[in-house]
Amino acid sequence: MEITQILYVAGFYLFALVTVISAFFVVFAKNVMRAVFSLMFTLFGIAGLFLFLHADFLAATQVLIYVGGVLVLLLFGIMLTQRMVEADIRTGRIQFLPTMFAMVILFGFLVYLIFNTPWKIQGAANFQDSTAGIGTLLMTEWLLPFEIASILLLAALVGAVSIARARRTVS
Amino acid sequence: MTLAPGLYHYLIIAALLFCFGLAAVLTRRNGIAVLMGIELILNAANINFVAFSNYVTHALGGHVFVVFVILLAAIEAAVALAIVFAIYRHFHSVEIPQVHEMQG
Repeated sequence: MEITQILYVAGFYLFALVTVISAFFVVFAKNVMRAVFSLMFTLFGIAGLFLFLHADFLAATQVLIYVGGVLVLLLFGIMLTQRMVEADIRTGRIQFLPTMFAMVILFGFLVYLIFNTPWKIQGAANFQDSTAGIGTLLMTEWLLPFEIASILLLAALVGAVSIARARRTVS
Repeated sequence: MTLAPGLYHYLIIAALLFCFGLAAVLTRRNGIAVLMGIELILNAANINFVAFSNYVTHALGGHVFVVFVILLAAIEAAVALAIVFAIYRHFHSVEIPQVHEMQG
């Protein structure tokens, strides 16, 4: 193997390991704050995997929206809903052993399905400029879902504000 | 299954992420940690979409779908956090087992 090939494979396994290990800590970290920060590493690792799949636009979008938006939102949520005076943001678990049992069985089932389905693998497509293609598709074939998504965004904005706003109680 | 990354590698990573996300949804007591599990599940689906787009269909439809899923994940996080805040104001806690007022 050439040196670039070795670097490619090693980079893939590096991103895969970062993704899976930090996802493990999202589930099992006692501290919710630590879980959020390891979720950040998971999202970065998934952005790296997108790069290995030649999805450059999606990798950038992943970092912008998830790390820049959703993660900050989750951090705000934790900081606003925990009493920081207690300084102990630990959280317990419920129904732990049955869930682990079911998850191991589910994962085994999924792996069985993955290896026993005849996928029509055609080799890597290696898209050159996915951004232009996605833009064209969004403006032609997927125009109606695109417009519906914008209306959905507006509705979610109004709904989120009206749910989270403090009620003026009469009392 | 070889050492070099192929479709199977991405599918197995996505399956692992899905199981972790489902475990977080089922076992976490904190409402916001449950939301993080949902984000993991959606990301697992995204990896599958992009992997199949690259290795099977050779079309960009999967990428467009992932754009919509990311959009929906952002919307879902905003609305769900608003609900969590409402629960916090009402029950003074975001621990899911303590929210049982609507049980029959």
